[in-house]
Amino acid sequence: MAILNALIKKESLHIIRDPRTLLITLLMPLVLLLLFGFAISTEVRNIRICAVVDRHTDETRAILERFRCNEYFDFQGLVASTEQNRMLEEGLTDAILILRSASGNTESQIIVDASNTTMAQAATGYIESVVSGQSGNSPIISSTLYNPQLKSSYNFVPGIMGMIFILICAIMTSVSIVREKETGTLNLLIVSPIRAYTIILGKLIPYFILSAVILAIVLLLAYGVLGMPYSPASIVNVVLFSLMYILLSLSIGLLISALVRTQMAALIVSAVAFMLPVVMLSGMIFPIDNLPVVLQWVSAVIPARWYIAAMRKIMVQEISIEFLVRELTILASTTAVLLTLAIVKFKSAVR
Amino acid sequence: MNAIVDISRLSARYGRTTALDDVSLQIDKGELFGVIGPDGAGKSTLYKILATLMPPVSGGASVCGLDIVKDYRDVRSRIGYMPERFSLYKDLSVQENLKFFAALFGASVRKNYDLIAPIFRQLERFPDRKAGALSGGMKQKLALSCALIHRPEILLLDEPTTGVDAVSRSEFWEILRSLKNQGITILVSTSYMDEANLCQRIAMIDRGRILGTDTPARLVDRLGERLFAARADNMFRLLEELRRLPQVKECYTFGATLHVVVSDDFDPQQAARIMENCGLKDVDITPAKGTIEDLFIKLTANEH
Repeated sequence: MAILNALIKKESLHIIRDPRTLLITLLMPLVLLLLFGFAISTEVRNIRICAVVDRHTDETRAILERFRCNEYFDFQGLVASTEQNRMLEEGLTDAILILRSASGNTESQIIVDASNTTMAQAATGYIESVVSGQSGNSPIISSTLYNPQLKSSYNFVPGIMGMIFILICAIMTSVSIVREKETGTLNLLIVSPIRAYTIILGKLIPYFILSAVILAIVLLLAYGVLGMPYSPASIVNVVLFSLMYILLSLSIGLLISALVRTQMAALIVSAVAFMLPVVMLSGMIFPIDNLPVVLQWVSAVIPARWYIAAMRKIMVQEISIEFLVRELTILASTTAVLLTLAIVKFKSAVR
Repeated sequence: MNAIVDISRLSARYGRTTALDDVSLQIDKGELFGVIGPDGAGKSTLYKILATLMPPVSGGASVCGLDIVKDYRDVRSRIGYMPERFSLYKDLSVQENLKFFAALFGASVRKNYDLIAPIFRQLERFPDRKAGALSGGMKQKLALSCALIHRPEILLLDEPTTGVDAVSRSEFWEILRSLKNQGITILVSTSYMDEANLCQRIAMIDRGRILGTDTPARLVDRLGERLFAARADNMFRLLEELRRLPQVKECYTFGATLHVVVSDDFDPQQAARIMENCGLKDVDITPAKGTIEDLFIKLTANEH
């Protein structure tokens, strides 16, 4: 126990004596959350739109009026049909609405500049709903559950948490162990009578505590600043899942450290093999359902996918834990497997 | 068996390269034993095996009567290992490093302080300085203190004087002698041939094989050949011209002079005259006393 204390104290000193790394680790979640929460969003606003109308009727006038008062659109006025292509080509507008009156009915056509796909998809949807708003034949009443304002921060907070913990836990743990390999101090630890378990615990505990601090910062921001829905039950679940995910990330770091020799290699392996899949394939940014089938299979083995899915359910939907059995089982078993594998590998590496 | 370290027919390999080839050594209790050899000779591998960091491919060794493979855990508390590079925590202070290594072995700094006191005295003045900010000699002393703090029976020092200034080096050997007098067995390796004479017995090692084990004096006697030191104004031409003489068996640079190994019919005056006829000035050829380095060159030359 005294030996473990000495190891933890030593590791804490390493962390504190490297203020630059510590600052980055503490600031990065903050910056990422605020950036994704406020600045970067997939909502589309200020869509520039022109209209081509061959004959004005009450109906067309009503449609155009709706565009004028809609805050998502920047209505640029009417243009001649000969002008419409030039407007799009020169990038003077994002979309053109063409209204034709034929035998008493109004036909509409939408031309959208789809060079920015996200914008084009969103714009088409908005335009359709604004245009069809008038036809009262069969109104579709849509009701958006859980995130009625479609705030993108709700979507990003779980994703960022999934990324941050992999980043901090895996990279910091693996680099700190591999650094000892490089300087030769790991050999001195091995040559002492302490057991491999003690070395592992001495490494994992300090980084687990650091990660828990980061989790607290992230949650404070998510609930306090970004206004994620709050309930005591959901917080308990969030903390439970996150701590398990932190343990999982630490195991990945431990595993990497047993496999590579240099700090550079540890950094590259953590970044390429673990960071990229988390960003691309975990559903953090790109919905998993949109991925090609093969990549969907790949994403199933990425722990971050299940963590992020669980976080969305807990934080946004605020559903209780019995609906999360699948995610919980997958995460818990992955953690167990990775941790065992990491310990076995590490023990054989240090004997 | 009196030997505290008993190595028998030890071999080690890294992939396909053989690092140690059938090495056998016996080291007695309380000895100051040197392992002398050039870089890449296999010294560090030998140390890693004795320190239980690496298992041998074949053969075995025992330390304090304990097998290094079977009883590796017990071996670890008996040895103090100081690896090639001074492995210290650079961002921890002198005091913190020492305390940490004491804690690893469950030892108390206060109880064992008498052992390291002569070494640690110079470091006491700045206990809060970071290990990374110490000079080479100071790092070496701190690393030695950390290796000694649990009172090991055997010290394994792997090239402890590499990268350390001359004054610190001689000071370090002074320390080793005093540790030896306290009954600690010391196994020290070095690539500096001149340090060989400071050991009681040495083993000469090259390319994984032991070339000879004995006291330095007796090893030099094995040289058994006439040796001369030669110098002139143009050392490179002198080397070339001397090698042309039929009586010269071998000629190589040795410090600021050339060492010339010759057959019995060699006449230094005559050789000097021949050299001057070749246009060399200030030629001086005098008898020289052989050293471990000369023996090394002889033994490795035979192998080639």
